Amino acid sequence: MVADLMSDRRALARLITQIENGAPEARQLVTRLYRRGGRAHIVGVTGAPGCGKSTLVAALARQLRVHAPDAHVAIIAVDPSSAFSGGAILGDRLRMRSLAGDAGVFIRSMASRGALGGVAAATADVVEVLDAVGFGTIFIETVGAGQLEVDVARIAQTVVVVEAPGAGDEVQAIKAGILEIADVVVVNKADREGATQTVAALQSALDIGRPMPAAGLHAIDPSHHLQAPEQPGPSAEWRPPILKTVASHEEGIAAVIAALEEHRQHLQLSGAGARRRARAVEQDVRARLGDLLLRRALRAVPQTHYNALIAGVIERTLHPLEAAEQLFIASWGQ
Amino acid sequence: MTTSTEAPLDPSARPLRILIAKPGLDGHDRGAKIIARALRDAGMEVIYTGLRQTPEMIAEAALQEDVDAVGLSILSGAHKTLLPRVVEAMRERGLSDVPVFAGGIIPDEDIPDLKAAGIAGVFGPGAPIAEIIAFIRTHTPIRER
Ligand code: B12
Ligand SMILES: Nc1nc2c(ncn2[C@@H]2O[C@H](COP(=O)(O)OP(=O)(O)O)[C@@H](O)[C@H]2O)c(=O)[nH]1
Ligand SMILES: [Mg+2]
Repeated sequence: MVADLMSDRRALARLITQIENGAPEARQLVTRLYRRGGRAHIVGVTGAPGCGKSTLVAALARQLRVHAPDAHVAIIAVDPSSAFSGGAILGDRLRMRSLAGDAGVFIRSMASRGALGGVAAATADVVEVLDAVGFGTIFIETVGAGQLEVDVARIAQTVVVVEAPGAGDEVQAIKAGILEIADVVVVNKADREGATQTVAALQSALDIGRPMPAAGLHAIDPSHHLQAPEQPGPSAEWRPPILKTVASHEEGIAAVIAALEEHRQHLQLSGAGARRRARAVEQDVRARLGDLLLRRALRAVPQTHYNALIAGVIERTLHPLEAAEQLFIASWGQ
Repeated sequence: MTTSTEAPLDPSARPLRILIAKPGLDGHDRGAKIIARALRDAGMEVIYTGLRQTPEMIAEAALQEDVDAVGLSILSGAHKTLLPRVVEAMRERGLSDVPVFAGGIIPDEDIPDLKAAGIAGVFGPGAPIAEIIAFIRTHTPIRER
């Protein structure tokens, strides 16, 4: 059945739609497939709009396919949904023409549907399905809206942060937040002026911004209850390389592929990958628990009581915390 | 796992997914972009693949993206050969149930042939956006979701 999904691309595409829509029919298959995952290399690609993420992903995928024709590649490209209409224009395929005609590549565009972390709520589940189905490498291209896009670090094993020259020192400083999740830094559009300065600026930003190796996930959620931070040590040390590419001409791509592979090996050999996954799994389970609790609470509270409390907050006779506490108590009583 | 502004708790809020593509070699992309934006503003998720798409590329994108309908924009004059080839490429991939519609510079006298070839609707310059949106809504089959 899993092999079916690899050859029956329409069934795979439909399953992805069902996952996106939270269709209950998909649940059984998704939970079953999860047990077969864990083999793919999941690579997140993030960076400002227009820096060349889609072009880079296409170049990486194309060269991966040339070097390892047996390994299939999947790409999930996330673009923002309009906050007004809920619609979206998903334009990443535009830059992925070079992959057309290769049956070993599967590209799926995905709207963020209100999620703010750079990926959609369904992205993680879709990645798991693609992994279980047998794709060797899965790229996730994020929305690219800015420094809050750290959710991809919870899904991907290797995060590529893409930067284009000409952004200037001050911009690099702002980007320090996103640099924290970088495992590989790519300065794309190296054919443009200023690429060398951008590399230098990024290098100093990395040197300053990395008090601890692989600090990315701690920075997202410093909760005490999560796994203890990994001990900094020689084996856990990974210094993100900064690589120059001209994605539109497929220049510098081999070095990026080598860095992705090296990082993957580092994760395995140092044990950092297992620790990272343990944290991500725990966060995922907690987030899903939170979701279930929220649904349950909302189901248990009478609509009139709920409306009254919301109205109270609107009129400032209640603090949002008080309203939440009362809802909590009301739902618990049932 | 993700912070959200809208409540994604209602699974029945399911946006239509529409592919907008330009078959052939002409570079007239204004109309396609206008339509893409209008459909987005109507709450649809529009996969825009850009210029110079072969019928195979369009059909493959329609399949991978699991779209509810495919809209083709063509101003080159090659619609009589290219549009049926897109329908055919989709049929080969088992996508006969996905409606295909078109717009651009297409003379009225060509429309009956295109319809016979499987193009469900044709919208030239000045076609009201509301009409196009209504057409999509009535022609997209109600799927299992
Ligand atoms: C602007 C224009 C150009 C611009 C294009 C810029 C661009 N990026 O789009 C430029 C100057 C580059 C150009 C070049 C050429 N052009 Co020109 N161009 C036009 C012109 C004047 C207007 C097209 C336009 O943008 N209209 C505005 C948009 C919004 O309208 P639209 O595309 O028709 O879209 C509307 C509807 O058709 C519909 N629609 C369109 N697509 C879709 C898709 C779907 C799914 C739906 C539902 C609806 C829909 O909705 C839109 C909104 O109402 C037309 C003449 C005309 N009156 O149409 C000629 C025209 C299209 N061009 C023509 C030609 C011949 C050329 C050239 C070959 C000229 C040359 N010899 O060099 C080159 C070819 C360039 C190339 N690479 O392909 C001819 C085509 C002849 C034919 N079909 O037989 C036309 C018809 C002029 C003519 N009367 O001869 N052109
Ligand atoms: N000069 C130059 N342009 C590039 C390069 N890579 C991509 N581009 C162009 O940059 C624009 C944005 O690329 P895209 O991949 O869509 O960026 P994204 O928004 O980050 O996905 C496109 O016009 C690309 O052709 C590059 O290496 N050099
Ligand atoms: Mg992109």
